[in-house]
Amino acid sequence: MASSLLELRSLQKAYGAIRVTDNVNLSVRPGELHAIIGPNGAGKTTLIHQISGILSPDSGQILFDGEDVTHLPMHQRVRRGLARSFQITSILPAFSALENVALAVQARSGSSFRFFGKVAQESSLNEAAMEYLNVVGLGPRARVMAGLLSHGEKRQLELAVGLATQPKLLLLDEPLAGTGHEESLRVIETLKQLKNRITIMLIEHDMDAVFSLADRVSVLVYGRVIATDTPEGIRANEEVRAAYLGEEEIA
Amino acid sequence: MTQMTQLQSAPMPSAATRLDFLPIAVFAAFAVAPFLASSSGAEGYVLSLLTRVMIFGLAAMSLDLILGYGAMVSFGHAAFFGIGAYAVGILASHGVEDAIIQVPVALAASALFAALTGAVSLRTKGVYFIMITLAFAQMLYFLASSLAAYGGDDGLTLPSRSLVAGSGFLDNDFALYGATLACLLGAYMVSRSIVGSRFGRVLRGTKENAIRMEAIGFQPFHFQLATYVISGMMAGLAGCLLANQAEFVSPAFMTWQRSGELIFMVVLGGLGSLHGAIIGAAAFILLEEFLPEIVHAATFFLNDDLRSRLTENWQMVFGPILILIVLFARGGIMGVLRRGSHG
Repeated sequence: MASSLLELRSLQKAYGAIRVTDNVNLSVRPGELHAIIGPNGAGKTTLIHQISGILSPDSGQILFDGEDVTHLPMHQRVRRGLARSFQITSILPAFSALENVALAVQARSGSSFRFFGKVAQESSLNEAAMEYLNVVGLGPRARVMAGLLSHGEKRQLELAVGLATQPKLLLLDEPLAGTGHEESLRVIETLKQLKNRITIMLIEHDMDAVFSLADRVSVLVYGRVIATDTPEGIRANEEVRAAYLGEEEIA
Repeated sequence: MTQMTQLQSAPMPSAATRLDFLPIAVFAAFAVAPFLASSSGAEGYVLSLLTRVMIFGLAAMSLDLILGYGAMVSFGHAAFFGIGAYAVGILASHGVEDAIIQVPVALAASALFAALTGAVSLRTKGVYFIMITLAFAQMLYFLASSLAAYGGDDGLTLPSRSLVAGSGFLDNDFALYGATLACLLGAYMVSRSIVGSRFGRVLRGTKENAIRMEAIGFQPFHFQLATYVISGMMAGLAGCLLANQAEFVSPAFMTWQRSGELIFMVVLGGLGSLHGAIIGAAAFILLEEFLPEIVHAATFFLNDDLRSRLTENWQMVFGPILILIVLFARGGIMGVLRRGSHG
């Protein structure tokens, strides 16, 4: 088995003349929380889209768990253990929080081509879903329509849905985007618990969060990875400081 | 887990419980109606009208399955009406008059047509899906019109209603009514089971957010296509019944106007409740049937000439009524009932 869970090899993606992903080489080790930071427009979300399978790269390879998944559709990557959350909250608003998670449990437990039997009463699905909701602290809100949850709760729900797919690697695209201070503390607390259980690749703008959570950080600027290091190493890196100059202060 | 026990015994929203009786009431009304009909003096007329209501209810409900639960707006659903009806008509004209053969052939043909056209149509979305389903239905319409051996444009008259295992009991209007009710009830129970099942939950989830469904590991296409096939078969069954009710088959069964009427019935009744579509179909057909008389009665204050012209052109009133209902009764008839039971 490979020493890295996810490995990107010379990944390239261009929109016309603009290279949004420029020869990206990156590896995520099993068990680590690997953060990706970079100024706006650095191509972070485009990168995560390619890893998850929404976009396909122009060239290069994506290896997941030792297997080339570059050309697999998203749903097959998910089944291999590669789950993601979305930058813009993506839930099923007319479903209850519990049902949102139960559906993800259902996806990996038996066939869904079953036309008889009330799925809402399948206790194995509901109990597993309830556990994931408890992990992210949404247990008491299980019966609430997802569309009626607060923004922060929706982000927590996304985490629970991601977890319910039982991923080997969870890709989180700005889980703190748009959350208030209190809410973001709660999400960070949840992430701290999760990082001991699964491998996480985190894209985030909130530097405090990144430096308190990450084992390693990669810095993406204009589609290129300019540095990959420990949080301390990144803080001290001259090139990174230069890239961020006038953008925002690191730590 | 104590939380779980609470969860499962948690009551459903009260409005839903109070409306749970509605499907039962609808089917009870259909079951009682023929007995009332026999005392009305116009038994044949009432039975044939209500049989039509149920047939269109079946077709509208099948459309609700893909439209209301799957968010697939098919503008070609009448094609399945045609397939079912022509399966009966063509087989009968070759001497195969038994429903035991006709119905399976109709269902298989509907399923095949749905699988082929669905596999193509589902690669498109939104307005393109609407147009492509319309195009497929029009293809079938022109095909039927060109079948000179089977009456072409004029259609063909059935020698008699379908036999059932050699018995001609469907010639009795009561028997046909009962058979139609049984089909409607059966299809309703199957549909009800589907939307509440594992499969149905994936379908409803896809309607809400297809990308999310892929992101948790489902491939929505398979679920949508399977639903499309099931829905097509139910509409095909309605076509078999319609041919028997009319004892006649023609390309007019599958005009695009007919597809539009089916969409209208679903919207009128309220999307995504199944029995709402049946109620919508009933409202549509009964309104269409009785509006001339209602218009005549309601315009007593006008002079005779104006009054008779208005009654003749009752569609002038029908259109605006439908528009008003859609505009002001959001969620259709089911929406109004739901709001009513809240208050």
